[in-house]
Amino acid sequence: MPLYRDEAVVLRTHKLGEADRIITLLSRRHGRLRAVARGVRRTTSRWGSRLEPFAHVDLQLAEGRSLDTITQAETLTPFGAGMGGDYQCYTAGTVMLETAERLVTEDKEPAVQQFLLLVGGLRAMTGGERQPGHVLDSYLLRSLAVAGYAPTFLHCAGCGLEGPHRYFNHAAGGVLCVTCRVPGSASPAPATILMMSALLTGDWNEVERLSTTEPRAEREATGIVSAYLSWHLERGLRSLPYVDRARREATPVGALLEDRFPVIPADG
Amino acid sequence: MYEGVVQDLIDELGRLPGVGPKGAQRIAFHLLAADPTDVRRLAEALVEVTVKVKFCKTCFNVSSEDHCRICRDPRRDPSVLCLVEEYKDVVAIERTREFRGRYHVLGGAISPIDGIGPEQLHIRELMVRLADGAVTEVILATDPNLEGEATATYLTRMLKPLGLRVTRLASGLPVGGDLEYADEVTLGRAFAGRRSADD
Repeated sequence: MPLYRDEAVVLRTHKLGEADRIITLLSRRHGRLRAVARGVRRTTSRWGSRLEPFAHVDLQLAEGRSLDTITQAETLTPFGAGMGGDYQCYTAGTVMLETAERLVTEDKEPAVQQFLLLVGGLRAMTGGERQPGHVLDSYLLRSLAVAGYAPTFLHCAGCGLEGPHRYFNHAAGGVLCVTCRVPGSASPAPATILMMSALLTGDWNEVERLSTTEPRAEREATGIVSAYLSWHLERGLRSLPYVDRARREATPVGALLEDRFPVIPADG
Repeated sequence: MYEGVVQDLIDELGRLPGVGPKGAQRIAFHLLAADPTDVRRLAEALVEVTVKVKFCKTCFNVSSEDHCRICRDPRRDPSVLCLVEEYKDVVAIERTREFRGRYHVLGGAISPIDGIGPEQLHIRELMVRLADGAVTEVILATDPNLEGEATATYLTRMLKPLGLRVTRLASGLPVGGDLEYADEVTLGRAFAGRRSADD
């Protein structure tokens, strides 16, 4: 059984037999992987929380005939630690994991950009400076872009004419000018198009400004992003309807982590 | 391949969890060689389970009557309610002999990736149950994994406004384990929940 090492994020787990789990991972060098973790469900398991969804881990795996086996795991970033205590982050983060699993279709085909994007997205989500909904929408647009489905928000998707344009169509892949417009196109508010463009490029100041001044545009952008994603994935994501999108004051999960890992002075 | 009923028996046994084709064959031949009265008793138990077992109307635990043994027992403390994911967890907690209150089985944990949201769990029934004000403390005993934690967080948000005392099972180092093998999150929790040694 040849061994290999990789860095990965746990996307999903399935129960296997008495106490084992099949862990679906997105790894840096081997793309999507499915591997068995033996004994992980026992309370005395040496894996502990290292192989829970969201965990960013350094792994050693042994190649098997059908599934590989995880032989060692070290936590790099415990993204899951704060997620369980923050329902909004948990529901939004789950959509990110499901999207990553669906967009990286081939097992063991490297998908470095998707991996880096997911780690960055989870870091932003747990950093607490941004609204979980904004991080999610931005991640969805960018992961679609990495997968080759980047929507266009300025130039017409049909003829390339520079905008701004009024119409948006999923099938066409972005905004359309009056001439290229096809039946069934949405005609979102101009602020909605600006919002989506800012989410795709990561212009957080613009996202924050628009979400406070144009709350309707924010809701509309979320709807369009979800529909665009579902159209390209051919079937909807199971986790998407459960996202809790209530706007809130920044409650950093990073701060939650500090609560749970208090710094204890040496003198006791 | 065996003839008719023997093959049917092997196929049916093979559908049980953890039983493979060889194992199914071994059990089938054991049953053929065993005392017919023993086998009939097993068959009756199987049939009875499908007819008699139902779910408690109050707490959704498995029961042979409308209300389970724990809900019917007047000695159990009605002011403390323990929320668990599955009825297997009720048995696990009962084995500790530490808890004298009552239970509410949620029927799983919130896991959006598997299409399970709050509506798929017995949360609405829980809120109805809490409406009469008899319960003063709710113990969240969901699994100490991500889904269990998220479910506990969601329930805390729902229950806090009712003015109840909401508690969560402690988590930390397992008895009989080694500190060096503890993962960062578990060890971190053990630190966060440390107790004064002179209590």
